[in-house]
Amino acid sequence: MALSADESGRLAGLLTSHVDQVTQRWTEVVAGQLRGRLSQAELRHQVQELHRALVDALGKGLTDLAAEEGTELRAVLAEVSRGQARQGFSAAETATGVFALKDALLSVMEADQSAGTLRDYVAFGTLVDQMGLFTFESYVRTRESLIADQAEQLLELSTPVVKLWEGVVAVPLVGTLDSARAQVVMERLLQTLVDTGSPYAIIDITGVPAVDTQVAQHILKTVVAARLMGADCIISGIRPQIAQTIVALGIEFGDIATKASLADALRHVLRLTGVETGRRQSRREA
Amino acid sequence: MERVPILKIGDILLVSIQVDMSDQTAVALQEDLAERIVATGCHGVIIDITALDIVDSFVGRMLSTIASISRVLDAETVVVGMRPAVAITLVELGLSLNGIRTALNVERGMELIAADREREYDEFDDSSDAEPTASP
Repeated sequence: MALSADESGRLAGLLTSHVDQVTQRWTEVVAGQLRGRLSQAELRHQVQELHRALVDALGKGLTDLAAEEGTELRAVLAEVSRGQARQGFSAAETATGVFALKDALLSVMEADQSAGTLRDYVAFGTLVDQMGLFTFESYVRTRESLIADQAEQLLELSTPVVKLWEGVVAVPLVGTLDSARAQVVMERLLQTLVDTGSPYAIIDITGVPAVDTQVAQHILKTVVAARLMGADCIISGIRPQIAQTIVALGIEFGDIATKASLADALRHVLRLTGVETGRRQSRREA
Repeated sequence: MERVPILKIGDILLVSIQVDMSDQTAVALQEDLAERIVATGCHGVIIDITALDIVDSFVGRMLSTIASISRVLDAETVVVGMRPAVAITLVELGLSLNGIRTALNVERGMELIAADREREYDEFDDSSDAEPTASP
């Protein structure tokens, strides 16, 4: 049910003739709900901005929030809810910020019987409901994009590929390995192998809290892909409990070399490449 | 029909695949390569697939076949330069290119073949040394 042009005009009139009363009451209701988490001045500014945008939109003959006249109003609403989502307000608090307008309108209309009829109030209410729903949607969209950004950052942070030696790279895996992360790790590792021309890679799973069949599957796939490209992978950092789990689950690593620690893995690779390690002779003599 | 050039570098034949592999191209490559191995007496074949964006099961089987043919003619085959995306796709498809040796780039591939040849000669030397002492 949309507003008729008549009602829209009456609402604009009501809002403009009782500016102070409406914004005052609106601010009070919202402030009571937020319990001082937003400063009074900030809140007042926000409410006044919303009020101005609403009056402007009604002045252009707004009957439906989705219509072209509502563009600016929608932008202001989106801005407000985005801000609140980022500051950590709940969805209900954000939506109530708009629904409080109903309270404000009711008190104004009660005080001034000539201002409008019950029918008008219901029609105004519909518009406010639309605004509230729109706010809610913007809020959810902001939150979703926040979560997506954070997930992406986490992926970026948690998968470094480090060069240990000439021709040896290592991936220290930290945290749970799900399909998305495994994919990123795999791509990053293989790309590094190509870029650096390293024939050996060490996958260190010291930081992986649990290894189930799925995680093992991801690691095995990475190793096979590296082999197809002509590089060899060694798995290191297998903790005692994880070794027990691997055996209990019946996971077969086949002919893939597994080592207890990163140091063992590096020594293994160095031996394969023919680099000799040992203490310097002079130190033993001294 | 496009043909894939086969280059001879020392004891090695280098095949760099730069075109999309069609059935005919693949068959022609197999024939050409067999002929060239016999004609030159080379002991190593390097197939460079750096330029290949897509390696499907057909190309995978072609590589396997070439490796088998070369082995019969006493030449070691190494596939080099596989892209990460191609490797991931092959793993997801469950194709592991059995019997094919791989290396990161042409240089590594040549090292691999050289090391293999050396090992073979060493074994040959060992057995020829051991024979006279064993016979009496």
